[in-house]
Amino acid sequence: MAFSFAAFCYILALILTAFLIFFAIWQIIAFDELKTDYKNPIDQCNSLNPLVLPEYAIHVFYNLLFLWAWEWLTVLFNIPLLAYNVYRYSKRPVMSGPGLYDPTTIMNADILSYCMKEGWAKLAFYLISFFYYLYRMIYVLVTY
Amino acid sequence: MPGYNQQAGPPKPGYSTNQSNLNAGQATLPNPSYNGTLPAGPNMPPTNSMTRQPGAPFNGPSMPMNHIVTPPTNPNMQPYNAVSVPHSASPSKYQGPQSNMQPLAGPPLPNQQGQNAMPHNGSPGLHGSHTGVTPPASQHGGIGDIRYAPPLPGQQFKSFTPPPGHPPNSHSPGLQAMNQHSSNSTPTHPGVLHPASQGTPTHSIYAPTSTGAPPLMQPPLPGQQTSNYPAMSQPSSMQTGQKGGIIAPPPLSGQQYVPPQNIHPPPPMSGPPTSGPQMSGPPMSGPPMSGPPMPGQPSNQTMAQGRGTMPPPGGEQKMHQQPGQPQQPHQPQVSQPSAFGAYPPQMQNLTNSMGNMGMGDANRPVNLMQETRILPPQKTVELPLRFETNAEGMLIPPNRKNCNPEVLRCTLKRIPDTKDLLGKVKLPFGLVVHPFRDLTSLPVISAGTIVRCKRCRTYINPFVSFLDERRWRCNMCFGVNETPEEFLHHPVTKTYGQPHTRPECTNATIEFIAPQEYMLRPPQPAVYLFLMDVSHSAVESGYLQIVCDALLDNLERLPGDKRTRIGFLTYNGTVHFYRLSEGLAQPQMIVVSDIDDVFLPTPENLLVNLHESKDLVQDLLHQLPTIHNVDAEGEIDTYSALGAALEVAKKLMSPFGGRVTVFQQAIPSIGPGTLKSREDPNSRAGQIPTANLNPATDFYKKMALDCSAHQVAIDMFFFNSQYIDIATLSCSSRFSAGDLHYYPSLHVQHNPMEVERLKNDLERYLTRKIGFEAVMRIRCTKGLSIHTFHGNFFVRSTDLLSLANVSPDSGYAVNLTLDEPLTDQSAACVQAALLYTTSKGERRIRVHTMCIPIVKTTAEIHNNVDCEAVVALLAKMGVDRSVTASLQDARDALLNAVIDPLKAYKAGLPQSMTVGGLYVPKCLRLFPLYIQSLLKHPAFRAGVSTRLDDRVFSMINFKMQPVGYFMQDVHPDLYRVDDLNDEGAVTVGGREVPQPDLLPLSAESISQYGCFLLDCGWRMFLLVGRQSPQAFIKNVLGAPQFSNIEEPMYSIPELENPTSELFHSFIEWLRENRPHHAPIRVIRDDSRDRHLFFSRLHQDRTESSMSLQEFLIHVQQKLT
Repeated sequence: MAFSFAAFCYILALILTAFLIFFAIWQIIAFDELKTDYKNPIDQCNSLNPLVLPEYAIHVFYNLLFLWAWEWLTVLFNIPLLAYNVYRYSKRPVMSGPGLYDPTTIMNADILSYCMKEGWAKLAFYLISFFYYLYRMIYVLVTY
Repeated sequence: MPGYNQQAGPPKPGYSTNQSNLNAGQATLPNPSYNGTLPAGPNMPPTNSMTRQPGAPFNGPSMPMNHIVTPPTNPNMQPYNAVSVPHSASPSKYQGPQSNMQPLAGPPLPNQQGQNAMPHNGSPGLHGSHTGVTPPASQHGGIGDIRYAPPLPGQQFKSFTPPPGHPPNSHSPGLQAMNQHSSNSTPTHPGVLHPASQGTPTHSIYAPTSTGAPPLMQPPLPGQQTSNYPAMSQPSSMQTGQKGGIIAPPPLSGQQYVPPQNIHPPPPMSGPPTSGPQMSGPPMSGPPMSGPPMPGQPSNQTMAQGRGTMPPPGGEQKMHQQPGQPQQPHQPQVSQPSAFGAYPPQMQNLTNSMGNMGMGDANRPVNLMQETRILPPQKTVELPLRFETNAEGMLIPPNRKNCNPEVLRCTLKRIPDTKDLLGKVKLPFGLVVHPFRDLTSLPVISAGTIVRCKRCRTYINPFVSFLDERRWRCNMCFGVNETPEEFLHHPVTKTYGQPHTRPECTNATIEFIAPQEYMLRPPQPAVYLFLMDVSHSAVESGYLQIVCDALLDNLERLPGDKRTRIGFLTYNGTVHFYRLSEGLAQPQMIVVSDIDDVFLPTPENLLVNLHESKDLVQDLLHQLPTIHNVDAEGEIDTYSALGAALEVAKKLMSPFGGRVTVFQQAIPSIGPGTLKSREDPNSRAGQIPTANLNPATDFYKKMALDCSAHQVAIDMFFFNSQYIDIATLSCSSRFSAGDLHYYPSLHVQHNPMEVERLKNDLERYLTRKIGFEAVMRIRCTKGLSIHTFHGNFFVRSTDLLSLANVSPDSGYAVNLTLDEPLTDQSAACVQAALLYTTSKGERRIRVHTMCIPIVKTTAEIHNNVDCEAVVALLAKMGVDRSVTASLQDARDALLNAVIDPLKAYKAGLPQSMTVGGLYVPKCLRLFPLYIQSLLKHPAFRAGVSTRLDDRVFSMINFKMQPVGYFMQDVHPDLYRVDDLNDEGAVTVGGREVPQPDLLPLSAESISQYGCFLLDCGWRMFLLVGRQSPQAFIKNVLGAPQFSNIEEPMYSIPELENPTSELFHSFIEWLRENRPHHAPIRVIRDDSRDRHLFFSRLHQDRTESSMSLQEFLIHVQQKLT
């Protein structure tokens, strides 16, 4: 049993994933509020847009750590989300600030439900990865 | 209240008996309970004094609680009966289809005659067609029997229903007679049998060719000018044969061409629905309260005879004039098929076929491959949806009037009950809304409390059901509400306990004066700020003079009260402010050159009270056109700092809210919001990068959202001759609920047509009604929900639009979805409520409610489609698709939008109709034509050089135009005008207005022997054929002969002779029927600008697009 760099990566990833889970929940709540008329889309987009890039950055950051720690399987597991994030951001509407969500189109039922689904999918992904990292952390700690 | 329960009570034991008694009684006697409860009886005070009549103060009995506001603030409002004036004149015109027929526009084509006479291989002959057509029709008759409510015992509408399996033809003596005509008439056409596959008929004067441009006119072949066609007196052959022959397209080589044939007997009078005064739009619902609605009471007659007078109920049951609805003799009645018993048999047939119950002939599929004349000879006017349902849960009193379709219409006149069914229909489902339309009459109510559902906040409307007089059930959420005490009093009749007779419950469109709780802040004053581009090219174009003149002329007429404020800003490379404070000798100009961080040079006196500073404003407007010819240093400033000007305008306006009007000529080239040209002029005909249809920067969008939050709307006028990036600039209007106007290449000298248009549009723009700080909410019955909105606004929540300004010229649309099955209801409702501040500082709510029946079969849905609304909604969805995916995607989607529903329809047809034709529901017979026109419109066309700005503006216009304007734009009207005569003319305002037939938009309608008017909505073109009647050229155009006609010519002299007067009265009438102006351009047949005319003939083939016939064949092939 040894505390390797990989184990450190997993511990860090665990903490960061917890944050990402909160982000995903926040996103779901925000879109649900939009759906149920509680919030103005401008306010809502203003609160969601600044979180998009940090979320991507956190995700990229611990994946780089995994890469460095030579944890191929974990990186492979994350590649689909990385690719999706790049794709999603490249398709964003014309905006001067950072972010994905445009208050003029967000109320379209298709876009709204897409964002909702995206939120749930991300939540599921982060939850799975949370437990996976937990398992891997213990595994790494135990084996080496 | 015996009458009350009968009408609106919940179904209960004995209900049906009541109903039947009523129905039985009403044919001869007024409902006893009616007289019992209404003190006034037949002489009761005219209840339409609820309407606001100009100058006619309300003098009815004093009202217990609510009072009615009488003094009109809107000159557009007139009493209901004012509307019926034009219509009452129409019967003379519409004696019948035959009397209206004009001589053939061009010489008949030989192969038409052949087609008339010749039974064709592969398609049933004339007589065979009867058998070929009847079975499905009778089947449809059977389908039509399915009612929204089971007929109650004793209800007389049973008598309207043809027995199941009864062939519709046989219960229609009229139809049979007509069939007889058509078959009899064929032998009288001794035409040469012309195999239709012979090739392009050489005798077609303007035969469409593959090169697009029609060939030069040829002298007619001998014998072509058979204007006295033998069948002229025979209505039916006229309709399908001769008339239709005009559009008989040239056969296509290599493609199997089924020639047009008289396989179809012309539909009995229901025919192509012709209309009364076209385009005037049906006026809003009849007199708001033509007496308390009683079940079965023949309310239809009430209005026909003028307001307030009660006709002898159940007397002579003639053609019912719907309340306030244009009289449409061909379309005799869309009254409820039930409740009126005593029609003669023919009448029943008419009612059946025209009624919305959907049975008999109205549902007969139309074979587009053989129907040669699909365009109705006159424009149709959509009628309010009429139907009856009295199933549990949605009790609709039988004579409730639905909302005027000009205001609110649904693409489907029958709503499917489940999502599956909606999916099967393959038609777009949505609403087209024109909420702030200028109405000819509008009941306005000032109520202490506005009665609304406590759960969903729906306004009380005619389609709620009263459980008893104290409780009503909401028709949106089905919650049960208490009726407030004061609502039980009727303000006019002073009766008590009849809530369903109140104006709120009898008018599908109503306006409330809102009390305090509908205001977030005190109602704002009318504030207008004008931003004018004074860059060099803008000054050169000379628009300033036009705008300033229009402002000077209309300063007094700007809507507003004594608080009205006005301000001006101009900008080129710098921003110029004008101090107009009281006491100044003349306006002061302040120049701010720091455009990157622009600021207000003085906190006040930039937006001044119009009345206090009127002299200064006028002074400024006199000076403005000249002071910017050169700047202070005597140099020419070519920059345009629109972004900076908008920023400062936002600062100036945000304390008040109001309207910013931008006149922009050049692309913004300095300061914030600078744009670059994105258009490659060489690839205008090729693929358009989707990015170019989207904004280049979000500066203008953010600007619009900020403005919208401060209740400021930005309206834009573009005058550019070069690329200005409308895609980006328009964002400032699109998201702030503004308006957009586009005058391409406006120049005072070089483009008189656009100048005339601008002058007239400005007058309309400055003087039309305006609503400030508005919101519109659209509520739907539970189960329906809003998917997407279309138009200019900011969507604040799922069903709420934020409209900083609302104008009578802005239209909106929504896509609806079905979330939950509606199986346990018989009808669904939608309500559009617009809350706004008038220019007089009054808070008002305008509520429109529409009720649509729910059905369970696809056939019923397909047979009741609002084609124009469908096309309008598809165009909007197509624009969305082009912007998100690509133009080609949108074009494919539009094509599929035709194919899919027809495929779905075909699946429901009997086997005999699935081969050898393109069978479409009658209501959709123009659908392929419209979509084809749409695909050739500058917004969607491919392969034709189109300026990016033109294309983008057309797209935006699709999104924000009301349907009426849109249809005219997509499918212009073509008339032959050299032979105008007063046959069938209507009298409008003491003037005879001739009613020429609508011609198909094809070069085959055109001949060199005539003059043709193309009415495109915003512009008109008059094509003068080379061999036009000399008399017309001389009497109307004022030229001695063809070669002397001026070129270009933009106005038509008013000469004192009957021909000219007739012509002018026609043009004027066309113009009067729209709120905006349409300048006319005379195009000589040898003019270089002929393409202006010919490019709009959408049925012809061009280099890059199909002809209508090819299009239909393409669709047909896709169906198999």
